[in-house]
Amino acid sequence: MARKAFVDEERCKECGLCITACPKSCISFSSKLNSKGFHPIEIDHEKCIGCGFCIDMCPDTAIELWEVAEA
Amino acid sequence: MEKKKLIRGRPDALNDKIMHYCPGCGHGIVHRIVAEVVDELGIKDRFVGIAPVGCSVFAYWYFNTDFHQAAHGRAPAVASGIKRARPELIVMSYQGDGDLAAIGTAEIVHAANRGENITVIFINNAIYGMTGGQMAPTTLIGQKSTTTPLGRDPRKAGFPIKISEMLAVLPGSRYIERTTVTSPKEVNKTKKAIKKAFELQMKGEGFTMVEVLSPCPTNWRLTPKDALKFVEEKMVEYYPLGVFKDEPVFND
Amino acid sequence: MEKVMMKGNEALAEGALRGGCQCYFGYPITPQSEVAEYMSRRMPELGRVFLQTESEVATINYLYGAAGAGVRCMTTSSSPGISLMQEGISYLIGAELPCLIANVVRGGPGLGNIQPAQADYWQATKGGTHGDCRMIVLAPNSVQEMFDFARDAFDLAEKYRNPVFILADGALGQMMEPVELKPFLEFDPHKNDSWATTGAKNREPHVITSIHLEPEEMEEFNRHLQAKYLLMEKEEVRWEEYQTNEDDLDILIVAYGIASRVCRNAVDDLRASGIKAGLLRPITLWPFPKAEIRRFADRKIPILVVELNMGQMLEDVLLAVEGKTLVDFYGRYAGIIPSADEVVRKAFDTLKKVGK
Repeated sequence: MARKAFVDEERCKECGLCITACPKSCISFSSKLNSKGFHPIEIDHEKCIGCGFCIDMCPDTAIELWEVAEA
Repeated sequence: MEKKKLIRGRPDALNDKIMHYCPGCGHGIVHRIVAEVVDELGIKDRFVGIAPVGCSVFAYWYFNTDFHQAAHGRAPAVASGIKRARPELIVMSYQGDGDLAAIGTAEIVHAANRGENITVIFINNAIYGMTGGQMAPTTLIGQKSTTTPLGRDPRKAGFPIKISEMLAVLPGSRYIERTTVTSPKEVNKTKKAIKKAFELQMKGEGFTMVEVLSPCPTNWRLTPKDALKFVEEKMVEYYPLGVFKDEPVFND
Repeated sequence: MEKVMMKGNEALAEGALRGGCQCYFGYPITPQSEVAEYMSRRMPELGRVFLQTESEVATINYLYGAAGAGVRCMTTSSSPGISLMQEGISYLIGAELPCLIANVVRGGPGLGNIQPAQADYWQATKGGTHGDCRMIVLAPNSVQEMFDFARDAFDLAEKYRNPVFILADGALGQMMEPVELKPFLEFDPHKNDSWATTGAKNREPHVITSIHLEPEEMEEFNRHLQAKYLLMEKEEVRWEEYQTNEDDLDILIVAYGIASRVCRNAVDDLRASGIKAGLLRPITLWPFPKAEIRRFADRKIPILVVELNMGQMLEDVLLAVEGKTLVDFYGRYAGIIPSADEVVRKAFDTLKKVGK
């Protein structure tokens, strides 16, 4: 079973602290807007290793770590 | 991708309200760390937090625990009053630098020196956040703020105050550590420190404080990423990280 | 019941702890330091909390914490110390926390002196603190009442979820009289569990706060406070009358606290000279016995107000009489307690003003 980070787009405030922490450079800002007008992050699940560093840095508890079914 | 099982989400001690803090603010990180520690120690049902005056005045909006909002600077007195009245509670005084290191110096010094059995989480971001970026007692020399537009000049505005070093020399303080939240590694050190502080309080060992150097991108006029760099490069230079005191106070 | 000789300050302390006071916080200041000294012995004997803090500013905030945790708690101080506590008093009222605060008043303004005075009447009754604040203000005039009022204060405070204030003075604090020591009050220690910070076990979190950012919410909360104050005005007015039964009373003296004792003697002396004098003594300074004083004003009975200040309660008497009768004033200051003779002389003066 693999572990992957998932973002709650409504909670994300586009601060990007997760991006500074990600060892796999798999997080980027998306082009969508959430209801607060922020561009929430998106996570490239192909590259994500589920380390949780992004969760450590997120001030908005916008990211969760899940066990996922293997593709 | 199909989610099977949640490994790590929002801690139980936090509710699901979206925090009012600015993007990249350290308060949110420290709130989460505190909540995770409260969960891990299983103390949610006997925990009382003190919300100060400042950006974290509404900290109680986010915690699933009892909270008491205090006047500016008086959080250690309120926390100690609660702890004296109900020693079975685990009490946290959560304070910023204006609150703790300027208007509240008498209360923090005497709470520490009396060995009040409380835990203080001291958020040092070198600025008054809520009132709009004025000079704090911890503002660095040369740092610009809305009341030091040319940068802090110590001949006029005094020197940045080193609270952890100050409190560590008091015979009553049990455990004092300064940490930061600039990387996952530092976040985890902060978490370990806060956990240790609460554990010491649970054992009745006396006054504990964790000072967290914390970013305030909005009032520093920096991006969240550059704000982390400011902490790492400028703040840590003046406010060194580490344990300043860790020794039993009461030897009976 | 047993009677013992006690100092007023000690009686206040013993009364409070028999009323269920679990935590005492204080800071030394003359002329009330005996309260803290007494508590430092008695509270540990009873397994309760005594703490001498670093300042009155800290003291009132220890009280704020302990009151928020739902336990019966108190502090005492004297004039300048009470001034330092004002911010905290506003928070206590704003967060609706019951507790007891007592002021053993000395002379002011500034550092003033350490002699008995009644110069903090305005501060106590008009809200010395910010915001629309009210507290029940009890004014004892004997060592027995120092004990009784302190013992009853917590029930009263919990009834309204509001601090109760005792306004004494240096003379009452320092003098000794026999006191009947009534037994320890029985009360429900879990009465405040529905709102206090006792730990969120099997319930929603409790928050003690006084901040309401939304204007509508702030106004609504103030309406709620006003409703409480109205209820206090309706139910808690206390006063005492002496020799006021005749319809054709010549003069009414209004005095509270230590001054009321001098005036009681003056009433006796005036009556010995053939003047039908009476005394009305407000026991609650807020709520003030307005209607009771107006009864005399309606009958055009001249009123002499006597205080150990330069005329503070005087203003409440003037408001109560609505210009319907003459109101005269006699005040001595900061340690100079007027003699009954002085009050009698002044009363004759007042009578002359109305042609008697």
